Amino acid sequence: MTGTQIIIESILQALAAGVLVGAIYGLMCVGLAMIFGIMRVINFAQGDFMMLGMYAAYFAFTALGLQTVFGAVPGPYVAVAIAGPLLFAFGYAVHKFLIRQVTGMRTIAMEAEGHYAQLVLTLGIALVLQNGAMILFGAQLVSLRTPLTGQAWMLGPMWGDAVAVFLNQAKVVAAIVSVVIIAGLWLCIKRTRLGKSLRAAADNPEASVYVGIDVDHAHRIAFALGSAITAVAGGLLATNHPFHPFVGLDYVIVMYAGVVLGGIGSVIGAFWGGMTIGLVQQLSILVLPTQLQNATIFVFFLLIVIWRPQGFFGRVTERT
Amino acid sequence: MAFLRSLLPYFTFAAGYLVVAMLVENSYYQLIITLVLVWASFGLSWNMLSGYTGLISFGHASFFGLGAFATVLAQIHLGWSPWIMLPVSALIGALAGVLIGLPTFRLRGHYFALSMLAYPLAMSYVFQWLGKPEITIPRVLDHPALFLQFEDRRVYSVLALLLLTVIVVITRWIERTRFGMSLVAIKQNEAAAEAAGVDTLRWKLKAIAVSGAIAGAVGSFYAVVILVITPSSVFGMLVSAQALTVAMFGGVGTVWGPIIGATVLIPIAETLHAVIGSYLPGIQGVIYGLAIIILIIAAPEGVFWKGVDLIRRRRVPAAGTVPSGAGGVSRAASVEPAGGASPASRISDRIMLDVRGVSKRFGGLRAVRNVSFQVRKGEILGIIGPNGAGKTTLFNLLNGFQKPDQGQVLLHGSDLAGCRPHFACRAGIGRTFQVMRPFKRWSVANNVKVGAYVRAASEEEARAIAREAVAQVGLSAISDRPASALTTKQLRLLELARAIAGRPEILLLDETLAGLGSEEAKEVVAVIRTLAATGLTILIIEHTMQAMVQLVDRFIVLDHGQLLTEGLPEAIVKDPRVIEAYLGAKWAAHA
Repeated sequence: MTGTQIIIESILQALAAGVLVGAIYGLMCVGLAMIFGIMRVINFAQGDFMMLGMYAAYFAFTALGLQTVFGAVPGPYVAVAIAGPLLFAFGYAVHKFLIRQVTGMRTIAMEAEGHYAQLVLTLGIALVLQNGAMILFGAQLVSLRTPLTGQAWMLGPMWGDAVAVFLNQAKVVAAIVSVVIIAGLWLCIKRTRLGKSLRAAADNPEASVYVGIDVDHAHRIAFALGSAITAVAGGLLATNHPFHPFVGLDYVIVMYAGVVLGGIGSVIGAFWGGMTIGLVQQLSILVLPTQLQNATIFVFFLLIVIWRPQGFFGRVTERT
Repeated sequence: MAFLRSLLPYFTFAAGYLVVAMLVENSYYQLIITLVLVWASFGLSWNMLSGYTGLISFGHASFFGLGAFATVLAQIHLGWSPWIMLPVSALIGALAGVLIGLPTFRLRGHYFALSMLAYPLAMSYVFQWLGKPEITIPRVLDHPALFLQFEDRRVYSVLALLLLTVIVVITRWIERTRFGMSLVAIKQNEAAAEAAGVDTLRWKLKAIAVSGAIAGAVGSFYAVVILVITPSSVFGMLVSAQALTVAMFGGVGTVWGPIIGATVLIPIAETLHAVIGSYLPGIQGVIYGLAIIILIIAAPEGVFWKGVDLIRRRRVPAAGTVPSGAGGVSRAASVEPAGGASPASRISDRIMLDVRGVSKRFGGLRAVRNVSFQVRKGEILGIIGPNGAGKTTLFNLLNGFQKPDQGQVLLHGSDLAGCRPHFACRAGIGRTFQVMRPFKRWSVANNVKVGAYVRAASEEEARAIAREAVAQVGLSAISDRPASALTTKQLRLLELARAIAGRPEILLLDETLAGLGSEEAKEVVAVIRTLAATGLTILIIEHTMQAMVQLVDRFIVLDHGQLLTEGLPEAIVKDPRVIEAYLGAKWAAHA
């Protein structure tokens, strides 16, 4: 195997890993985009909603006995499918009882339109969730392992049997599920009445009220849906990544970076933003030490945002 | 003297705190006492930038962490004492602030907030990679005091209190000068601040430099107190969050917010950690989080402002329902006949503003096309045209919000096209906006004072100019009232006062009568007329034709970005082309 072949192989391997991780990041970002893009609320607890989704899937799989009913391979994915609705309900309740108090129409009179209050409120929620999870579930690492986690498909060998790319099967399945969910969601937003009211509420909440859209309700659905999607992304991630109660902190930044890169308010943009983050993270390993993997994400994020503040898919909507 | 008196509540607090600190023997509780002061100081650093300018930073850990690492590394590798590194860390923080601010201030709102988050996290990974997972300050046995090491932990509390006092004094001083006022002006409306002559970028950079310096020094001190630091303990997200939590909990935009926040929250968190953390790890986080959630829902703008609002409500039982037009306005209105000097005597022959062929396009839309007109000194020029005709864009070109693609804007013969708004303001172009955004909690007088800075060399002078401007629009009787208690008409007058406080030669009024009833509109028109009588040249955009016909000397009419026609009011209202532009061809046939 020549030097060139080694380089080609590592590039291909990093690209494949980037696309697979990027698809899951993309799904996470789409979940956040539903909340951040539509309500313009910075939810610091988003990562912790994801963590709840991971545990929900984990306990559905182990304690509910899905393992025995559905078997070891499809079981975890059924568990992930259960985590979605659970977190939908959770997000719905959090918005109804907490977030609503500091968002929407009642913030018009507040300083900075209530941003300060939203930040502290969601920080408080994040603290409760992280520490509550530690008390209930313990601090040790757990994972939603499937037999697929340990298996890989091999692409190749190519180039005279020298170059081969390995694709972890759990990651491939997770990436495919992510893309399918996003496609479905995209159709919903474009086609359905609910989707249209969500887009209207995102574009101009005040005008939406005047044309008879229940913005408060639209926001609540968006918040719940965003929580559910992020939870599903978390569950999929858990099939190939062990996790713990504080895992949310690692990903909340990735999510925001992805959403901002894609352009606030654009759901499809958020997916590509997440994909970009995944690729940058994996490709950086080729030239930089592993410890700087995440630093690369942030530097890349800063460069892009300063160069193009509206993101890849965003529009400039500043008015005097 | 007044400055010192305003600090009296703080010194009372500091004295009380010092007594408590001296009485505590237990070294763990003493540490909590020190940490309260440290986090209060850090909260004040955050408040300096984010509280006053409204640009929320999630990244204050950058400055904090740099200060902490610089201090520990300098002692380990260079043998430098933290006494030296305390001011050096402040310098590092200030420098980092400017370096971070320069690119990041291009961003607004959420983009700014989230970008700031990226800096400390990137730094944290870099320090981890450099092989600094955990570093400890070496113990010094000879003359430990020279290295800020003390056996008696009460010394740290005293030092922390001194540090906090310095920061409070700096903050209060900035709050009371044009520095602080300019920052708040940026917060209420960056565009309006620029138009009022505030060089917003310069003030923001100054604010982040001061803020970074404070955070650097606090980080340096924190490292000395805590002895062991890791990248995540000084650059982590929770550090940045700590700054905003104490500040927002206590109240943003006041020196008291972070102090109240830290005094309440830090002891709760630490005590919970010590008392029940060992039985049920994590329970303190849950209780702490719940406490934050409950309080922020009860007082979304922080404890301090909640208190202020409660007290104010008790003092002024119904501030909002005080009869409008109190005091001066009616007086101004009654001056009207005298003020409404005949146009001939008011308008001089001198050309004040000469607009030559300005154009502006946004993508495919030609918002303003080759518009030329002249305005003479003392003239009141009305600019009318249907929605989307390019009226506001034209104003934006005149005062520098946008750079014309072609053409010149000559004021006294020198071209202003494309210069920044605060420069246009200095050159003599003042402006009001369609959307009003006064600083709600400030009095009328202070709101207007921001506009006066561009002409005033000192605080005194600014206050005097503001007083005069308030009198000119007839709001003297309510100049102490907070802007939140004003009616729409009074707010419009407030905007006028702020604009004339900059002593403009030309005033651009953008829909000043919008949202007013016809009686109220008449009063505002009367005020505008008295302003014109003082020799001010006025350009006004307005839809209410009735009011306009009585007010202006001459109209220009815009349609689809082009100058349709210009002429005297009587001629304009009968011009079929104008009627067509407004109402469509069908109506023009009837006219």
